[in-house]
Amino acid sequence: MYMFKYICKRISLMLVTFTIIFITCFILVKLLPVDVSSVGIGEDADKIIAQMVSRGYMKYDSGSGKYINTPILEQLGKYLKRMIFEGDFGIGFSMPEYRGRAVWSVFIEKLPPTILINVYSSLLAVPIGIVLGIFAALKKNKWQDHLISTLVMVFISVPAFVYASLVLYLLCFKLSALPLSVMSLPDIVKAYPEKGYLYVPGEFNWSLYFNKKMFLSMLPAVFSMSFGSIAGYARYTRAELTEVLTSEFMLLARTKGLTKAQATVHHALRNAMVPIFPSIIGEFVSVLSGSLIIEKIFQIPGVGGLYLAAINSTDYDFFMMLSGFYLLVGLLAGLVVDLSYGVIDPRIRMGAK
Amino acid sequence: MRAEEHQISSEKFVLHSKGGQLHDEKLETKPVSYFRDAMHRFARNKASIAAAVIIGILFLFAILGPVLTPYKVSDEDINYAYVLPRNELFYRMGIRFWDGGRRMGVTESSYSLYRGIEKETGRTVIMTEPEVRTEEYMGKPTSYYDFRLDTYNAVGVKFVLLRYEEYVALQQYQDENNIQVIFPITDPALRPEAEQDKTNANIWYRTKLGSGRKTTVVYDENGDFIPIYLADNGTDRYTSRMYWEGDEKLYSYAEQKDGNMWNVRVDYREYYRYIHYRAGDGIEYPSFLLGTNNAGKDLFTCLASGARFSFLLAIIVASVNLFVGAVYGAIEGYYGGKIDLMMERFVDILASIPFMIVITLLKYHFDVSHVLVLFIAFFLTGWTGMAARTRMQFYRFKNQEYVLVARTLGARDSRIMFKHIFPNAIGTLITGSVLVIPSVIFSETSLSYLGIINLNTGSLTSVGTLLATGQNFLFTYPHMILFPSIFISLLMLSFNLFGNGLRDAFNPSLRGTEE
Repeated sequence: MYMFKYICKRISLMLVTFTIIFITCFILVKLLPVDVSSVGIGEDADKIIAQMVSRGYMKYDSGSGKYINTPILEQLGKYLKRMIFEGDFGIGFSMPEYRGRAVWSVFIEKLPPTILINVYSSLLAVPIGIVLGIFAALKKNKWQDHLISTLVMVFISVPAFVYASLVLYLLCFKLSALPLSVMSLPDIVKAYPEKGYLYVPGEFNWSLYFNKKMFLSMLPAVFSMSFGSIAGYARYTRAELTEVLTSEFMLLARTKGLTKAQATVHHALRNAMVPIFPSIIGEFVSVLSGSLIIEKIFQIPGVGGLYLAAINSTDYDFFMMLSGFYLLVGLLAGLVVDLSYGVIDPRIRMGAK
Repeated sequence: MRAEEHQISSEKFVLHSKGGQLHDEKLETKPVSYFRDAMHRFARNKASIAAAVIIGILFLFAILGPVLTPYKVSDEDINYAYVLPRNELFYRMGIRFWDGGRRMGVTESSYSLYRGIEKETGRTVIMTEPEVRTEEYMGKPTSYYDFRLDTYNAVGVKFVLLRYEEYVALQQYQDENNIQVIFPITDPALRPEAEQDKTNANIWYRTKLGSGRKTTVVYDENGDFIPIYLADNGTDRYTSRMYWEGDEKLYSYAEQKDGNMWNVRVDYREYYRYIHYRAGDGIEYPSFLLGTNNAGKDLFTCLASGARFSFLLAIIVASVNLFVGAVYGAIEGYYGGKIDLMMERFVDILASIPFMIVITLLKYHFDVSHVLVLFIAFFLTGWTGMAARTRMQFYRFKNQEYVLVARTLGARDSRIMFKHIFPNAIGTLITGSVLVIPSVIFSETSLSYLGIINLNTGSLTSVGTLLATGQNFLFTYPHMILFPSIFISLLMLSFNLFGNGLRDAFNPSLRGTEE
């Protein structure tokens, strides 16, 4: 029962934190002037104002004869009401390609590539990283261990955009083995015209992402993302496993007649996984947020690119929604990691005094 | 047992060594302080020492680089854009590496252009003997010339528009230094017709419009170029030395444009030296150690300035974070209880705001200076880590006996905090601060790379901006992204190794485990 209570407590604490930050963000964003001048050529500033008025962000002030901002708390109330009861996160207004479109539908459309690339890279990185780590731990202080540790150090330190450039230059350009950028939905429809009917704007469009061309075009990004994670997992596994291998129960296991392999797999590895597994779970939660840099380099039509575009063109509704999303993912990842310790290792009693 | 049986009269007690003083035995060896021990153990870690040396070199590069080079970040010359890295030593020795040369595979017309430049300026443009190969291109066999191009000399001559006084001053400079800068002007009527070649000053020979509106060279019967210099018509007011040998003035050297302006055809290498000689900034002939970017900025200068800015920002951020975090953490840890709870919740909330949101909101609100925005953002999100480290150390040490003794003896809170407990936290704080430096540099690089923060304002640039620009020319001019990448990778790697070494050295529980 205490476990349930503890989880409830943690979730409610997380929600409080989320609400405070989200509302602070909203207020800080709304303190900024609405930049009507950012409207493109041939666009009507009045339309934007009409849109703002219809959403309750602006109102006509008969005194000065101008449109003025409504009080921020009133805006906040309307925003939260729409968000919670109608699932309406606002409408884009300063990015030309998303002007007038519902923020949520654009977001949903951009989600699959971001998730897929991260899932692929995790699927690649986790097994390789853990195997390398185990190998290094078993060969501790031999040349194999030194080689792996050196490589791990190099791969952890070098930033992802350097790998990305290397992958692009060597694999995609010099060898022409892989495409230069990730395909967008219209590209896929062009490549597979028979699947064209599946494409619905503003929807998830999952089915369009599982084909050979899409997969190949995602590979460079997947490779560039996984180098760092492989090194990270390898280092972590090696550190945990070497510690467990020297503990006394391992000696006991060997004394009672287990072979080294049996003792390692059944006793050492299980214990070493206790801190590693939660970090994998945390990684899987945070795959949603992706990597802004990788998305930029490979022109992935994902959430990261959308966020960058929203920031650079000061589209507040997009910015608010995506910020909330990133914030939630970050908080959730932390929470899941904490809670999973208790699930994986029954000896850890969460929240017990 | 009755009490009186144990009563012993005081006379029976005799002092063991009356008059003498009792001492502990003096230590034979010298005491090793915590820091000396840490330094000693650090010095035994070879990888960390190597990393420290590399960091030192990079730091020197950042500090001295901008001072040593005559260029400034704001200096740019579009005519020398995209030139490749050149090490003068290698170039003079004729080593075909890092000499500003570029492997080229070009068609006949481009090849003859380079040959023309070579013939007119008298400097080597085609560094190696060309190999000719024939390939199908759009159904027709086309010859390609493979050779190594001197990207500096390939600039050749340029048209520049000068005021009359400048024109005269340039002639004076020619006579004083005995250098030919001004080359005869070409006949406007005979210049190439193709749109893309009309303003190309390097075409000093007769051409015709070939197929596909491409300029093709017309050779004379010996296979030489036929000059199209404008014959002397007495209007160019040119009195300086002649390009063509002999006393006779055969050609015009400038054409008068509207008003006071003169269109002059100059040897750009000499002209470059001339303008810098006039500006007095100590720049001689062009030679860029790391090449130039698309705007013709010296990459060495840009990289060194970017590195200097990064280091400066990181060190300031690290020290401010250290100071604020240490004080905050000390108060939290020392007083504990309700104060700790309140302060800790504040830190919790602050620490869970994504960095991107902080930086974006700050950017929106303080549009004036992105440097300030960066600093505030790093400060807002960074000091909490330091506070947590200090707090933990305070919790560990505040109830130890020596602290209780100090309190019993009447020491003030601030004295106990900073004189007695704080030194215990110094080791972990130093390690933490050192590791803040690469993370700040990395974040700053990423942010300017993504274009969220724009540090590229006139006299300032950042490694991230260089990387982002280089990314656009990854396939054509990889040198633009190569050097910033090497810099940032080397920096991250050596800081990680250095930080690991420091952490191990300052960890007292590892003492003696290496032996």
